[in-house]
Amino acid sequence: MAQRIDIKDLNVYYGSFLAVADVSMAIEPRSVTAFIGPSGCGKSTLLRTLNRMHEVVPGGRVEGTVAMDGVDLYGPDVDAVAVRRQIGMVFQRPNPFPTMSIAENVLAGVRLNNRRISKQDAADLVERSLQGANLWNEVKDRLNRPGSSLSGGQQQRLCIARAIAVKPQILLMDEPASALDPISTLAIEDLIAELRSDYTIVIVTHNMQQAARVSDRTAFFNIAGTGKPGRLIEMDDTRTIFSTPSVQATEDYISGRFG
Amino acid sequence: MSTSEQRTADAPASARAGLGAGRPGRDVAGRAFAVLATGAGALILLTLAAVAVFLVIRAWPAMTTPADELADAISWIPEGTTLLQYIGPLVFGTLLAALLALAMAVPVAIGIALFISHYAPRRLASGLGYVVDLLAAIPSVIYGLWGGLWLAPRLEPAWHWLADNLGFIPLFAGPASTPPRVLMTVGVVLAVMILPIITAVSREVFLQTPRLHEEAALALGATRWEMIRMAVLPFGRSGVISAAMLGLGRALGETMAVLMILSPGFSYSFALLQAGEHQTIAANIANQFAEANPLGVSALIATGLALFVITLVVNMAARWVVARRKEFSGAN
Repeated sequence: MAQRIDIKDLNVYYGSFLAVADVSMAIEPRSVTAFIGPSGCGKSTLLRTLNRMHEVVPGGRVEGTVAMDGVDLYGPDVDAVAVRRQIGMVFQRPNPFPTMSIAENVLAGVRLNNRRISKQDAADLVERSLQGANLWNEVKDRLNRPGSSLSGGQQQRLCIARAIAVKPQILLMDEPASALDPISTLAIEDLIAELRSDYTIVIVTHNMQQAARVSDRTAFFNIAGTGKPGRLIEMDDTRTIFSTPSVQATEDYISGRFG
Repeated sequence: MSTSEQRTADAPASARAGLGAGRPGRDVAGRAFAVLATGAGALILLTLAAVAVFLVIRAWPAMTTPADELADAISWIPEGTTLLQYIGPLVFGTLLAALLALAMAVPVAIGIALFISHYAPRRLASGLGYVVDLLAAIPSVIYGLWGGLWLAPRLEPAWHWLADNLGFIPLFAGPASTPPRVLMTVGVVLAVMILPIITAVSREVFLQTPRLHEEAALALGATRWEMIRMAVLPFGRSGVISAAMLGLGRALGETMAVLMILSPGFSYSFALLQAGEHQTIAANIANQFAEANPLGVSALIATGLALFVITLVVNMAARWVVARRKEFSGAN
């Protein structure tokens, strides 16, 4: 289920503005990779290039390659819609569909591929996905209530359930806990630790402790100044980044001297 | 110069005077505004009540006159027809014309609104939105002229084709009338007239779809159309219903265009392609009012009362539809 990603010489643009420059990195399967760095360094932008959500923004485009198990996602005959079906995404703010019930939300992605899923299969999938997202016990008695009736943390786990219901290869998380309280954050972090054995996870976070707690590998991004592109400064095992980083800027950032 | 000096000198004094007594003028302005706003709100209710009372009082003579006397006194009410029997076909014709217009206008309006909000390049979208708004500004008498003199002859072959080929459907039962001064033609013209308002409101609602929900759908691998079905349409549903009701209100009350196109008749006929079968309340009032005697005017006002009730019911029904699934609307 999990696949690797290889990014090579990637430049990301908004129109003529170069937002992220010259990134090359490898993301290993069945691991958690964290992107950290100060605001505006392009870590979220880079994350959104991994499932081609970047090009949804007017003027958004990339140069270079992003390969999933050797297949370039930006190849000429690759369909962005097909890419997004294999690479799930969880957003900064929980975004369950407000007009759908909890169960319908979980099934939203599945129904895109397969309209004629049987009632029993659907019920099984809802249960499995919600259990996978550690939400089943809290919502099993009210699956027909609207998704927006849940708390923020529950909504975010519902969004994770929705993302894993389609059995993606890779799961992208864009600051998934930044809008949540500490207890909900802990629930999400525990969940990430469990999901690691099945998925390739890439998480953007502002919270360095969170990166240290949940990730195996950490990539540090930085910008030279406003209007300059974000760059990958270094990437290493999380333990190494947080104990003996090889670049001074990384050490300054993780020790709280800027950012 | 001197006043500004005075103000700076006064400032500490008024500050010392305490929190409550700072600026009496502000208090008065605030209270005046509250009164004004409440008054404006009350004025709406008063107007509504005044219209209702006027309609009931002026319709009363016709409502209380026995049927045979009514038919004797009013030339255009046939012998043996009660007031309700007179109003019935008019209500039927009014609803049929308005629903026909709505059925044609809403799908097109949603299509245009979606094209402007989600498909068209930005520059084209704003230009197109402007043109649609412009359509709303054309007076209805112009639509009536255009519909009767230009559009109707061009629709005639289509109506004949419908009657010849789909005549087995009661709505299209033949023979199609020549000239096509029929309810179907009225429906088309009314649809064009209500298209702008439905489009404009729908477009605004679609544009307000939260980016977050659109991206949620796209990130699941939805195509643009699937994204619209998952995020945009459910979010805009109640707004589109409101828009349709605005359009329906206009179609129900439209007078000039109907008057100028339709060949009137008083029956409960679903044959949209046959002339002399239908009439709407508003067009009938305009048609008869000038030459009506006092009792005739009262009878016409009774039909107006019926129209008033219809629009109230339509609006209440729309609110009920919108409120029914409020929980799922995304407003919370």
